[in-house]
Amino acid sequence: MGDTDAALRAEALERLLVEKGLIDPAHLDGIIEMFNTRVGPMNGARVVARAWRDPVFRQSLLHDGSSAIASYGFEGGQVDKLVVVENTPDVHNVVVCTLCSCYPWALLGLPPKWYKDPAYRSRIVREPRVVLREFGLAIAPQREIRVWDSSAEIRYMVLPMMPDRLRDADDATLLDAVSRDAMIGVQELT
Amino acid sequence: MDGIHDLGGRQGHGAVDVGAGAAIDAVWEARVFALVQVAFRAGFIRNTDQFRHAVERIDPAAYLTQGYFGRWTGGLETLLVEAGVLDSATIDSRARALGLPDNARIAARPRLQPDRIPHPPTTFHNARSLATQPRFAIGDAVVTCCHGTSTHTRLPGYARGRHGRVVACHGGWVFPDSNAHGHGEDPQYLYTVAFSAQTLWGEEADPMLSVRLDLFEPYLEATGDTDG
Repeated sequence: MGDTDAALRAEALERLLVEKGLIDPAHLDGIIEMFNTRVGPMNGARVVARAWRDPVFRQSLLHDGSSAIASYGFEGGQVDKLVVVENTPDVHNVVVCTLCSCYPWALLGLPPKWYKDPAYRSRIVREPRVVLREFGLAIAPQREIRVWDSSAEIRYMVLPMMPDRLRDADDATLLDAVSRDAMIGVQELT
Repeated sequence: MDGIHDLGGRQGHGAVDVGAGAAIDAVWEARVFALVQVAFRAGFIRNTDQFRHAVERIDPAAYLTQGYFGRWTGGLETLLVEAGVLDSATIDSRARALGLPDNARIAARPRLQPDRIPHPPTTFHNARSLATQPRFAIGDAVVTCCHGTSTHTRLPGYARGRHGRVVACHGGWVFPDSNAHGHGEDPQYLYTVAFSAQTLWGEEADPMLSVRLDLFEPYLEATGDTDG
């Protein structure tokens, strides 16, 4: 198996670097701990839930995403510039990085495996309606699709449409309703 | 470079494994993730562009079969060897001692004469102010350059030689094509350019689809087209 080979190669690298005193295993553990506990799609969900109930924040988020989220102080990766794109009844947005796997870590954590795999990266720019159906999402032919290929340091996040059932929901319910996949654009919330 | 990494529009990769939703499936993957962060901090990797290019350069078969963290392992090993931190023979013998089969595919592709990138530049802030004015404005019709390069670039193959329209201007940014190779930051204006699916994939393509890419000014030329 290819990934078993890679795992052994990686273990060799780590051991050699540690033995030479070039890295400290405690640093590795600290990074893993941060990503396991403080970085993840719960951060993006907070931003989306607030945009749903606060029209002023929503406007500022869509106008200048980086400034709008600055006060949160999210960890886990530099987002020099965040662009938030809004799904509407007429437009569906979906995010990819065809060249590597760029993704807004600070808001969504690390990307799912499928986001990094060749199938998604090769096909979503060419036949997104087919790919989205594989995720169980049917986008009507007359609804425009915009695919954002993150080819530089701008990071993209989708602002999903709020389901009608949540119109009077409290903050906790809103937060709970937002999924990572909806913020990538491969799911719609119902 | 025209490498295996440039996947946009390539065919034959099959269905998306939509059930593979976890970011990290195994302990070794988490350790590779952290190892790369530490290698950045230690200066073994000088900047993100250099690392991306190292991943692009790994063995193409390994790129497709060893997964995201296998690709990172290959890129990391490439740069550790090129920096003179470790040597390939030592890594080989240690990996074999740990159980790596003799016929295993080695992802790393270190060069004998690697790029030399001055130390220390490592910053993850890439926006830069430019004294010059941007060449393009929102609404401008542009065409992308049509040729490839053997060095790092962020213009995907599928968007080469294509007509599009500027939909956003993002100011100046470090130019990956230069920065990846130690030729300085050479900041350039960055634009989001929208391409219709027909432009990219032919007349039969989805009329309600556009693809938007973030492209640096040197990739773009003005066209005479001014209509919608």
